[in-house]
Amino acid sequence: MNVVAQKTVCIALVGNPNCGKTTILNQLANAHEAVGNYPRVTVTPREYRLVHRGRAIRLVDLPGIYSMSSKSPEERAGRDFIHLEKPDVVVNILDAGNLDRSLFLTTQLIEMDVPRVHVLNMADEARKKGISINLPELVSMLGGPVVEAVATTGEGLTEVLDLALALADGETEHRVAVGYDSHLEQAIATVEAIVANLHPAEMTARQCRWLAIKLLEGDEEMLTREGEHAELIAQVNVERETFYRRHGERCEHAMAGGRYGFIRGLLMEVRTVAATEAGGLELDDLFLHRFAGLPILMGLMWLMFEATFQFGGIPADWIKSGVDLLTGTLREVLPQSMVRDLVLDGVLAGVGGTIVFLPNVVILFFFLALFSETGYIARAAFLLDRVMHVFGLHGKALIPLVMGYGCNVPAIMATRTIESERSRIITALVTPFMCCSARLPLLMLFAGAFFTSQAGTVVFVMYVLSIATALGSSVLLSKTLLRSKSEPFVMELPPYRMPTLRAVLYHMWENATGFLQKVGSVILVGSIVIWFLQAFPRDIQYSQDYAASRGQAEAIADESERTATLDRLRMAESGEKLERSYLGRVGIAVSPLFAPLGFGWKDTVAILTGIVAKEAVVASYAVLYAESKESAGLQRAIAASMPPLQAFAFMVFVLLYLPCLSTIGALRREAGSWRWAGLSVIYSLGLAWGLALLIVRVGGLLI
Amino acid sequence: MARLMDEKPEVFEAPATLADLRPGQTGQVLRLPDEPIGNNLAALGLVRGAIVTLGRKAPLGDPRTYSLLGYQLSLRETEARLVTIKIC
Repeated sequence: MNVVAQKTVCIALVGNPNCGKTTILNQLANAHEAVGNYPRVTVTPREYRLVHRGRAIRLVDLPGIYSMSSKSPEERAGRDFIHLEKPDVVVNILDAGNLDRSLFLTTQLIEMDVPRVHVLNMADEARKKGISINLPELVSMLGGPVVEAVATTGEGLTEVLDLALALADGETEHRVAVGYDSHLEQAIATVEAIVANLHPAEMTARQCRWLAIKLLEGDEEMLTREGEHAELIAQVNVERETFYRRHGERCEHAMAGGRYGFIRGLLMEVRTVAATEAGGLELDDLFLHRFAGLPILMGLMWLMFEATFQFGGIPADWIKSGVDLLTGTLREVLPQSMVRDLVLDGVLAGVGGTIVFLPNVVILFFFLALFSETGYIARAAFLLDRVMHVFGLHGKALIPLVMGYGCNVPAIMATRTIESERSRIITALVTPFMCCSARLPLLMLFAGAFFTSQAGTVVFVMYVLSIATALGSSVLLSKTLLRSKSEPFVMELPPYRMPTLRAVLYHMWENATGFLQKVGSVILVGSIVIWFLQAFPRDIQYSQDYAASRGQAEAIADESERTATLDRLRMAESGEKLERSYLGRVGIAVSPLFAPLGFGWKDTVAILTGIVAKEAVVASYAVLYAESKESAGLQRAIAASMPPLQAFAFMVFVLLYLPCLSTIGALRREAGSWRWAGLSVIYSLGLAWGLALLIVRVGGLLI
Repeated sequence: MARLMDEKPEVFEAPATLADLRPGQTGQVLRLPDEPIGNNLAALGLVRGAIVTLGRKAPLGDPRTYSLLGYQLSLRETEARLVTIKIC
């Protein structure tokens, strides 16, 4: 067979959320060693390229949607792809156990007149429910091939591709139409005639009918597109108003009713149900229980949090030791040079410092996969929506916010479970305010240094402030930048399902590789830049001859005193080096900005290094004050550097300012553009600065 | 719809909505709201004539689950209030 001569076949996967579309895609992609990319932007759907029976296939995964209107970004993306890119075949995935609703999307595909293969997925589940389908009859009623499939085992999927290729090669399917009641049909006929007149020869009869239906449904996109034809629009409006007067119902609602009527009739013909039982919802009596429901949710959240950060800490330590070992070995092996410093202090410190989070990310996604595969995540959203709604958030925002207390990076990745783009972006933007564990060392250091007796309370206040800021910001965002007229909580509660190991592992693997890719790009570049700023210029005029002082110190007889003096010298030297480096100079240059807050240049440098990773703030202080990180000396030195009020303001500032580099990278990825990441940077900086100033000023008046 | 002869004459009152259902109670959809949300609900099967049963309310009172067409849909009271029904 000649592969080269034939063009690539474009197949689009279309289906409701929870219909198993992703599993089918993964199965097809895995079985064919496909190459995929994963942009989390709804307008550029995920796609894979694979080869089946010697034919090149481009497999495009459209977002899970219930309808082909132009209302939500997801629906628009799906419709535009089918309409504008004209895939050769649409594979319509249906939940065999819930055809009543799944087929609604199919009726719209029928009207769009695209070649379709219908997949009755989860056929095993449907058989268990006692549902049997007369396939030949269904094929003739839907006007396209129908395949029973089980995505989790791969049953029926080869056939799907075979049938899709046959359709792409022009095997003609017979055409069916969804009929409406007489008044609607009259209206359609009138509008269709005008459409046909306006677009002679360029549209088929079926395309005219589809456009007529869309116009009568009041589809804004289509009304705008046909806006130049005043006569057509006027007629559409007349028909819509007449219908509304006659029936007390909008055209589009009656059309939906007509489609559901078509489905009811169709299912009466082809479906027999042996035993009727609700099936699988008994668990809701437990998980959605009036009293037990919320405690169970909290327990599961706690378990996920503990496992991610406690259990995940063990392999994280191994990775850390591995990185340390590698760093140590390279320090020995490589000759002293700038390249060595770049590799060790720049690349390994930055990338190594982030890659430590890999176990946490993997464990987090194990739980997230488990929750979403079983259907629990929808329950969690259901339980908490009442609370989250007050703050303009979706019920599902709880998980990212809780995870944010551990580490913002996986937390922002967890926003993927939120379908609505607007809610997802709001959640991703406010998650960095959650006080992650990397900020804890700084808070502990300052609380210990300034508020010895109330250290615990002060840290607790910081935690409360962080969630308050996150929630407050989401109220602000949902009322300003990301305002939308109505975003209702209309969510399906899918039946409980047993997760398959394969799906869970795939989910984990996919997210782990995504994380590693990010480490390899944003983090790598960022670390190198910061290292450069820290390490240059090389020729520093030190205030004293450290080499000579070291020589004198070596001569001290008492061993502990000798070590202490050497340590102090080493710290003093690196502190001075940092001060004279570009980073130090930038710190000194920028410090006037922080002068109103009472922060000195050392604090400014610490703040700047914290952009790479928040842990770095304490490390920088250690270097700047030439004291070791855990020493009481560092606490004393810091306590002497500013009054408690400024210290409190500084803690608030560090709590809220700039997400770290990894978080900014994650934000860009999840929100889909630098625009949102940039907004997050500006907003958090402004907020942190303003709040710190407020504390200093108001506190100054009170004290 | 023709009224049955044996039905008692009703006192005029605001029509019932999905929000008025008690757990386990069933209603039939009479009318969808004209607001854009009506289209979302229609796409999910809440069309005129659809039979809907209230499953349960969330522990904090809202949202609530409805079963229709063999699946479970969760709505907030705000949206449920917009769908006019006849309680069966």
